[in-house]
This record gives sequence, C-alpha cells and structure tokens, in this order.
Amino acid sequence: MKATLRILQKDLLIEWRARSRTVALLSFAYTILLLFAFAIGPDAAALRQHAGAYLWLGLLLSSTLLLDRTMRIEFEAGAMSKLMLVPVPATGLFYGKALANLFQLCVVGAFSIPLVFVVCDAELVESIGWLLATLFLGAAGLAAPGTLYSAMIARLSGKQLLLPLMLFPLVVPVMVAAVKATSLAMLGDPMNQIESWLTLLVCFNLVYWSLCGVLFGRVVEA
Amino acid sequence: MDDLVQATNLGRRFGRRWAVARLDLTIQPNERLLIIGPNGCGKTTLLRVLSTLLPAHQGSINWFNGDTEPRKHIGLMGHDPGVYEDLSASDNLRVFSKLMGTEPGDTANLLQMVGLDDRSDPVARYSAGMRRRLALALLLQKQPRLALLDEPFAQMDPGGIAQVSSAIHALPGAVVIASHQVQHAAPLCKRAVLMDEGQIRWTGPADKAEAAWRALHKERGDL
Repeated sequence: MKATLRILQKDLLIEWRARSRTVALLSFAYTILLLFAFAIGPDAAALRQHAGAYLWLGLLLSSTLLLDRTMRIEFEAGAMSKLMLVPVPATGLFYGKALANLFQLCVVGAFSIPLVFVVCDAELVESIGWLLATLFLGAAGLAAPGTLYSAMIARLSGKQLLLPLMLFPLVVPVMVAAVKATSLAMLGDPMNQIESWLTLLVCFNLVYWSLCGVLFGRVVEA
Repeated sequence: MDDLVQATNLGRRFGRRWAVARLDLTIQPNERLLIIGPNGCGKTTLLRVLSTLLPAHQGSINWFNGDTEPRKHIGLMGHDPGVYEDLSASDNLRVFSKLMGTEPGDTANLLQMVGLDDRSDPVARYSAGMRRRLALALLLQKQPRLALLDEPFAQMDPGGIAQVSSAIHALPGAVVIASHQVQHAAPLCKRAVLMDEGQIRWTGPADKAEAAWRALHKERGDL
C-alpha cells in the first residue's frame, strides 16, 4: 500500500513538473471532439444522440498518448532498474501507476465533458452523479489494462502503434458499457438501465485490476 | 571473513552466445574491485547479474550470506543514469529516498559532492556527464553494501572525473568498478580482474591491471 502511494505521488509529481504534456493531451482530446463535430456537420439531433460515443472515443484516443508515456518515463533513462533495486514491489508499482493514469484520464474526461455539451448541444437529463461515476469506472477500465500493456511494449520498437493495436480490442466491452451509460445519463433513462451498465463496468474493473496486478510483476521482471 | 558476494560457476547467455561463462568471483566486505577487459567481454552483463537484475543461466550467487532481499543493499550505476528527466536533481533524490522509505537527508550536500548543487532545472537539460554524476549522488544516498559502477568515468570532463573519484571514495561498503579508463579507476581499487570472452583471465593488484591488459592485447594481436 505504501509503495502504491509513493509511486502514485512520484508519477503525479512528474506529470506536474511536465504539465505542458498534460495541456497537449487535453488539446488532443479537444481536437478529436471538434473533429467529430465537424465531421457530423450541423445535425444537432445526430450530435446529441452520439455525444457519449464522441466523449469516449476522444478519451480512448487520448489514453494511448498517456499510457504510452507512463512506462516510457521508467525505461528511457533506466529508472526502472533503480526502482527494482529500491526495491519497489511490482504490485505497488502497477497499482501506483494505474491510479496515476486513472487520475489523469479522469482529469481529461472532466475537462472534455463541458466541451461535449457545448459542441454537441447535449443536455444532462439524469443526475450528474451517474455521469461522473461512468467517467470514473470507464477511465479505470482503460487505465488498468493500458498500464499493463504499456509495460509489455515499453522496450519494443513501434510501441506507439502496438499499444492501440493491443489495447483497443481488449477494452471494447468497457467502451460499450461506458458509452451506453453516458448516453443514458445525457438522453434520459426511463428504463433504469444505467445501474446495470455501471455494474458491468464494476465487474470488468474487478477482473482487469486484479488480473493485471498479478501479471505486471512477470512482465516487469522479464 | 565471510564473503559479501560469492559467485560460483556463473554463466549468462544471450541467445546461443555466452556473455559470461563459468565464472567464479568473490567480493569481500568493503573491497574495491576493478573489472577491466575489452568491449563485449561481459563486464556489463556480470554487473547486471551481480545486481540481481539479470538472472544467471548457470551457476549460483550467494549475496550477503543468504540475505533474502539482496536488492535492498545493492546499488547500480549502469550505462543509463536511472533518473527521471522531467525532475530536477534534488527532486530525483527526494523521490528515490521516499520510495526507499528513508529521509532524503542532506540533498544539497550530496549534490555538492558531485558538483550539481547549482542546478535546479530538469535533468533533461543536463549533459550526459552531469546525469552520470546525479546517478552517483543517488548511489551515495542509498549507501549500499555493494555498489556496482559501470564505466563511471564515461563522458566526464577532468573536473567531473575528480568529483566522481572523490564520490566513489565516499561510498560505504564494497565497490565494483567496470571501466576502460584504468588510469582513473585503478587508484580507487585494490584488486583487479581482467575479463575476456566472459571469463576471468587474470586477477591481481589494481596497480598492475594496465600491464595485464596490455599483455592481453598483445596476446590477441591488438597491439
């Protein structure tokens, strides 16, 4: 637990010191959202209908930049060797990094939501709590497998291409559930389906966060 | 006296090629050992195996009389500095001390020892030599029982070499230096081993290391 918190603090400190990268990440997410809006054109109904999907596609594409960086900072100057000699337990390293990624994805999501409302002329019919819970659980579903895959490919050439190739198929269920829950929160949920989608997201997260935590140690030592 | 590290019949291969083969080596507490040898002779591989970061494919190593957590007591200064480039030198020292669960101590003094006390900018702006000096400051902070230094004088100017030499002097415990710059490393060590093709070819006093190396070159027809 202590190691997790220390790694989390370290990663957030690094991101704070290099915050221009976070601004670039936000700009990337904004650009994607605007591009979707331009591609659909002035069809307000279509934009509203698919606002949730645009939000999550923007987050998914932005996450590849963030997740690619998360292990690169450990390997580019050999800091991973130092971490292993501290020694930081692999589980602590994984959960610290995954939590730092989750935090940053939530920040990008929180800044993207207002833009989605403006650009897509969307409304929030249900409670904002549902939307925030979906953002948190969806981001968590991207952060855990993304952190594991980032470690797996950190020392390979062409890693920027490999990460989305490996990550996207794995997170399809998370994306489907997150888009459905977000759309229901925005457009209304007369059948009370949000809770079911969120339960599904919780289940995915339980599997991802436990399995990835176990596998991460093998990946790092290899 | 008990050996600090005892490697027996050690071997490590990459593919079919043995980088280190059938190597026996003991390191005494507080010993200063110099490892020399031509490029590709297995010095770096040996240091990484001794550091526990690279598993051996053959033989065994006994660290600190069977300590179950040897990594706690080992410090490695490899080819990469092992630092975070977005952080400053003092940030790096603080981050690693926090990770080790220790007090950061006198970071200003540590940075002064390696000549980085006037730098507060991110490490990304440092030269290669300055990054290596920061790596040495991190070793000094850890105070390992076994410090493994791979080419500590690489990319150093004369002032940097003097600072690194005095910092190595200040390291507690055993120090193993793998270096081509025998003239700088030998005065810091008592014993030297000469490696070639993954094996130890010569062991003797460090002040005779250069002569032994020349003899190896002659034997191989390099001179």
